[in-house]
Parts: sequence; C-alpha cells; structure tokens
Amino acid sequence: MHMLEVKDIHKSYGSYEVLKGVSFSVEKEETKVIIGTSGTGKSTLLKCINQLDPPDKGEVWLEGEELTSPSADLNRIRQKIGFVFQDFNLFNHLTAMQNVSIGLEKVKKMEKGKAREKAIEELKKVGLEKQADQYPAQLSGGQKQRVGIARALAMDPAIILFDEPTSALDPELIGDVLEVMKNLAGKVAMLIVTHEMGFARNVADEIIFMEGGHIIECGSPDQMFNNACKARTREFLGKISTLYGKE
Amino acid sequence: MTLLLTFVAISVGFAIGLLLALGRVYGNKIISYSCIAYLEIFRGTPLLVQLFIIYYGLPAVGIIFTPITAALIGLSLNSGAYQAEYLRGSIQAIPANQMIAGRTLGMTRFQSIRSIILPQALRISIPAWSNELIYLFKYTSIVVYIQVRDLTFQAKDIATQSSRYLETFLIVALIYLLFTYIFSEIVDQVEKHVRIPGIGLSQTIVKRNA
Repeated sequence: MHMLEVKDIHKSYGSYEVLKGVSFSVEKEETKVIIGTSGTGKSTLLKCINQLDPPDKGEVWLEGEELTSPSADLNRIRQKIGFVFQDFNLFNHLTAMQNVSIGLEKVKKMEKGKAREKAIEELKKVGLEKQADQYPAQLSGGQKQRVGIARALAMDPAIILFDEPTSALDPELIGDVLEVMKNLAGKVAMLIVTHEMGFARNVADEIIFMEGGHIIECGSPDQMFNNACKARTREFLGKISTLYGKE
Repeated sequence: MTLLLTFVAISVGFAIGLLLALGRVYGNKIISYSCIAYLEIFRGTPLLVQLFIIYYGLPAVGIIFTPITAALIGLSLNSGAYQAEYLRGSIQAIPANQMIAGRTLGMTRFQSIRSIILPQALRISIPAWSNELIYLFKYTSIVVYIQVRDLTFQAKDIATQSSRYLETFLIVALIYLLFTYIFSEIVDQVEKHVRIPGIGLSQTIVKRNA
C-alpha cells in the first residue's frame, strides 16, 4: 500500500479539462517534485488531493483512507495533509507563534500552553523563534513562508503539499525557504510544485513532469535531467536549464 | 433613558446584525434571501413608521408593548439591519484564502469563521460601527413619538413649562454633543487597543496624508 495514492484524477472548469487522468503515488518520507509549464494543472492537482477543490473523477487515498469517498471525514484527514501556499496565506490577525499554534489549539484541541511550546519549537526549526511575536505584516516574504511551513509542520502531517512556495519571493529570499525544505527532506513526505530546478535536482527522490493535464514522464533527477525518454521532457528541461542555470 | 435605549439597541442590534451578515454571506440560498429580505424591509422603511407599527399597530392583533419595550424592539431591529450591512462588508473584505488556509489545517467552516474571519472582520468594522453608535444615540430621540420619556421628551416638558425653548434645547443639544464625543473617544481607544499591524485602515490614513 502506498502512503498517498492518486488514481486517474480528472478535473474540469466549465468545458476546459485541466486534469485529464493523473495517477501517481508518494511513499512515506519521500520527496516528489512536480514540474511543468504554467497552466498545466499542477496547482489544481494539489487542491484535488486535499479536496479543497474535489476532482470530478478519480480517487485519492491517504494511509488507506479514501478522501474522495463521500463519507470521508475531511476535517480529520486534512490534519495529516500540510499545505504551503504560494502567497503564504498566514492568518493576518495572529502573531507568527499563534499562526503555528492555532491549528493545535482549535483542531487538535491541545492545551494552550503546550500548543505554544510546540509552536515555538516549530519556529525554531525554520529559524524564526525571534520573530514569534511579530504579525505577518511585520515579516518579510521569506519569513512569512517559513512561518507557513512551520504552521504545516506543527500538525505532524503525513505529507506536506507545496504550491510554488518560492515563486512569490524576491530572489535573495528564496534560498532561506529552500534551505528549510531541504532540511525536511527524508523526515516527512513532500509533494512540491516548483520551478526551482536546482532544488528539484538536488533534493527530489523523483521528478514528475506534467503538461496539458497529463503526466508526461517521471523518474529520478538523474534520469530526467540526463536521460529523459521523451523528447518533450528533454526540450522542457533544456529550456529551463538555460533560463535558470544548470544547478 | 436615552443611554439605556442606545446600549440595549446597539447590543441587541449587533447580535442581530452578526447573524444576518453571516447568514447572508455563508448561508444557503433560502437563509441568504431571508436575510436580504429583512435588510430591505428594515432599511427601506422609516424608523418612525416601524415604531408606530410596533406600538400603535400591533395591539390590533393583540400584541401590546409598553412604550419603552416597543422602542427597544424597534430600535434594535432597525439597528440590526444597518449593522448587518457594515459587518457583511467587513466579512467580504477578508480574502477568501484566509478561510481556505483554515480549512487546510482541518478546521471546520464554523471554526474558520469564528477563529479566522470574524476576529479580522470585526476589527475593520469598528469605524463604521462607531458611526452607527452615534447615529443610534441621536436617533433615539425619535421615540418621543411613542411616548417614551427620553432626554428630548423631558426637555420638551421643561421648555413648555418655562417657555425657555432656546435655552432648553441648546442645553439638550450640548448634552447630546458631549455624549457623542465621549462615545467616539471610547471607541477610538478600543480601536487603538485591539489594532493589529496590517489590519484596518491606519496605513491608508498615513498614505493619504503623504
């Protein structure tokens, strides 16, 4: 049994079919990176997984439970699926520490003092314990995103979904966020939509290349970058590498 | 009496307004349209007519209120409609992604509204709410017409007895002015106290003066 299994997901908006049958799986503590041009349904796929935007057809299974079943207790299952947004979506009225602790308090019903202790611990992991009492408006983009990661981590999820976590950031702030994600690799399963090819190459266990609502090819970074089977994969990675540099 | 009317009406009106605003934004079609109907009726008819219906009209169907009860009911229901619109505007000003972020943590819709949306929406509705408080405080004087002995009512008595109309009503005006000033100061202080960086209008004010 796979930890996360996505089976033949279809999703349309109106008459436009964004996902045309996508299947893959993620194992425990595995890091998978999804790459592809904009508008190929990568972000939609993530939202189909945690049922924020339920798929029209297909199944999603997490640790033996079917999320796409009408009887699924989504509020409970979503605790196991961390989500890191492109535009952070921190709770604006809460401090960094409260942003991390609120899920523990309200959802996991953890006692307040304990929740805050754990929140500080999580902030330490992303290097932000000094910013614990600051509000989102007082943090830089990179700091906000690291709080976003801490917020997801605090729930002890089985997997964290990252939706282009660095694409809203200034170039010099991207490094801090990627560093944090790199440190998580192998400790928790991650499914990451990103354009950071250097990161994909160095950290991913497997890279999935998506286009036009399909998975074109997937494989290890070495295979994808050096020995891709499909011409389209080679073309895409070639273009991207010229754009962003080899590493 | 005037103060009592104001505080009861603003508080009960707030409760009504909050329910209406939530119903309108998050309710299903039936709930949402019921809320809109309420709003249209209470905002689309004069408060005085509403008070007359409650005090003079309802006895015809066997419902009899004392003047004060009738005034409290009328003012509360009416203020509720106005507060609902202020609150709805604030709720809709909160980005939809705040709710989505709550749901991804495993919060229910209700938890997200309570812990994420409302704390932000209430803060940004304070200026409009302060407006409603002052408006309501002055508008309570209308209850004179259904025999409630409020500040204006008593002033009218005194003025008639002493024939000193100008002095009496100037003093009454001053009393209203003093109280509205005190109210807006208190609300300002509360607003400052609960202010959170990045939420509300403080930054736009600074920019406007640039």
